[in-house]
Amino acid sequence: MAVRRLAPQDIQPSAFAFNAENAKWVEGQIAKFPEGRQASAVIPLLWRAQEQHDGWLPEAAIRVVAETLDMPYIRVLEVATFYTMFNLSPVGKFFVQLCGTTPCMLRGAEDLKDVCREVIGEQNSVTSDGMLSWLEVECLGACVNAPMVQINKDYYEDLTAERFKEILADLRSGKDVAPGPQIDRHLSAPLGGPTTLIDFATADIKQVEVKEKVSVAPSAEVKPVAKPKAKVAETLSLDDADRPEGLEKARDGEADNLQLISGIGPKIEGILHSLGIFHFDQIAKWSEKEVDWVDGYLRFKGRIGRDNWIEQSKILSEGGETEFSARKTKKK
Amino acid sequence: MLADEDRIFKNLYGYQDAGLKGAQARGAWDGTAGFIKNGRDWIVEQVKASALRGRGGAGFPTGLKWSFMPKEEGPLPHYLVVNADESEPGTCKDREIMRNDPHLLIEGCLYAAFAMAAHTGYIYIRGEYIREREALQRAIDEAYDAGLLGKNAAGSGWDFDLYLSHGAGAYICGEETALLESLEGKKGQPRLKPPFPAACGLYGCPTTINNVETVAVVPDILRRGADWFANIGTPNNSGTKLFCISGHVNKPCNVEEALGIPFRELIDTHCGGIRGGWDNLLAVIPGGSSVPCLPAEQCADLPMDFDTLRNLKSGLGTAGVIVMDKSTDIIRAITRISYFYKHESCGQCTPCREGTGWMWRVLTRMSEGRAQKREIDMLLEVTTQIEGHTICALGDAAAWPVQGLIRHFRPEIEKRIDQYAANPHSDPVIVAAE
Repeated sequence: MAVRRLAPQDIQPSAFAFNAENAKWVEGQIAKFPEGRQASAVIPLLWRAQEQHDGWLPEAAIRVVAETLDMPYIRVLEVATFYTMFNLSPVGKFFVQLCGTTPCMLRGAEDLKDVCREVIGEQNSVTSDGMLSWLEVECLGACVNAPMVQINKDYYEDLTAERFKEILADLRSGKDVAPGPQIDRHLSAPLGGPTTLIDFATADIKQVEVKEKVSVAPSAEVKPVAKPKAKVAETLSLDDADRPEGLEKARDGEADNLQLISGIGPKIEGILHSLGIFHFDQIAKWSEKEVDWVDGYLRFKGRIGRDNWIEQSKILSEGGETEFSARKTKKK
Repeated sequence: MLADEDRIFKNLYGYQDAGLKGAQARGAWDGTAGFIKNGRDWIVEQVKASALRGRGGAGFPTGLKWSFMPKEEGPLPHYLVVNADESEPGTCKDREIMRNDPHLLIEGCLYAAFAMAAHTGYIYIRGEYIREREALQRAIDEAYDAGLLGKNAAGSGWDFDLYLSHGAGAYICGEETALLESLEGKKGQPRLKPPFPAACGLYGCPTTINNVETVAVVPDILRRGADWFANIGTPNNSGTKLFCISGHVNKPCNVEEALGIPFRELIDTHCGGIRGGWDNLLAVIPGGSSVPCLPAEQCADLPMDFDTLRNLKSGLGTAGVIVMDKSTDIIRAITRISYFYKHESCGQCTPCREGTGWMWRVLTRMSEGRAQKREIDMLLEVTTQIEGHTICALGDAAAWPVQGLIRHFRPEIEKRIDQYAANPHSDPVIVAAE
């Protein structure tokens, strides 16, 4: 809630009227609703009035809408002051609404705010050439493309401070800027191309056969990602051929610190010792089948692959260090 | 990972034609008249059997909701209202449906309207989605031109008119009764319930309000069978769901996945992992800003579904997953969410109108450390005085993130207060008045 008041009298125009095209459009809006319920069209009408009046809503327009819809003036004023998209005082030709809510904030909306302050000035103030003004607004619903701004009707997404500055400069000098993501990315698909629906990532339309009652088919792998295909632990025997070979005891009586592998804690280390696994080079040599067996034995559902134990062990067995191990040894 | 053939929103990323021809090639509007000839009860039964739960946040069973409507149209007309006022921070799924696959939504509207004996439907889209509004209006016009809407819609013998209206930047209008008020041309202030909209909704007539995604999955449920949908996901949490993953992941994106997918698989498969690796994860808000955050240690193998998350005192909400890595100042992040609720409170109920501002002011001081430790308990108590004491759920939604912060990150707040106190300051630390 915030107090929202009409612009001072000295800048209010004395009259407002819908132009011919909009007047016709208004009739169509009213016709959407049952007879006697024309008040339902109040938000679309106020919005159209604002669009016609350079992006802000004067008192005269509120009165015209009230008359058109046969509503008391106070009811329309109530609506105009309640809904925050109605600008009650003048805005720039390019009105920047900057999303500052948490998902955008996490990805750098604060930097964009600094750009606005630098290029445009304080919130709600119009630049002297009348071209730009800005406002911090709440979530605009494009969170996976954060940080983003809305300029007039369009969303500009995946911004950086530099790119945002360029956009503002281009708009100001009358150049067109393509809306949407400003990095190499298609709408809300992940950067670098989609991980799903690859067949649908072209403009060709495929005839899709809609099968009756398709049962859940085993998924066709798109990317070789570690998948939970582990055997259930109860059925895993310690004599299984897939069980990685273990040592009876650590070489030279001194085991490696397996906890330097991200994903192995004291408990897992204990289990691995009981399996005869004491050294990094043992883990580094596991075959895919052996990984599956251990994964199943530990009921990990694919965690070994996700944590990339094999890669980590390879580095560690060669005496190198991983990001995790470096942090861990440093702590001590 | 869910197989591509089991995905409903094939044009989620908008590579293909969003128009009628493209949608039909992807399977939309197939067999429409036949499903309607099967009768109202059959459609409701199918939706019930699919165990579809509302996708707008609360997760209420959709079939059950539809069955609350009077069986036959009485003297008052019935209405279907589709809630496209997508404003929950972290959520941007309905936007993709409306601009890239709008015909699934329109077709779903026809089934939903028929199932509840409504001849008129309204889609209420948020005001900021101007391009999406244009796309959806184009699709509606196309459907009218092709005879899929209007008199004898799609040759089914059922007359159905669908209109598009819009809001003007009020989060609260996503609450169903506030949406009805707004659609009637008033301020969006929620109504007391009961009476529930199924008895007394738009213009005082029986009305059902559904989320965009809920309505848009219905055509596929009818076409492929309720069993198909019910077999995806986990028991009581069936079907596919659009997840919106934002924040500190390498590749934020929208993706359709089965409910119950482990959090880690979701992030690793589709989002390229957490920025800086798994050990860099701090906290996750799993369902849009209204649900409490979860700390990293609870997240790795966490199945993303309604029931599991509720048991962890969080929620799936709208499946807007906000990921925060260790560079995040968690107190400030939650403070910003508090500011959001302060900004969006409609001002009708005192606990929410006054409480949201109060919480924001206290949190702002706490994020600087300029507070007393006893104020943490005071803050927690105030959240419980807001929660459950307002007409609508916005009060609850404002209280939960703060409760989540205190539940999991209390030491962080205390540390910051200590740090502040350890340095000399000329102003005394103020204490909130209760």
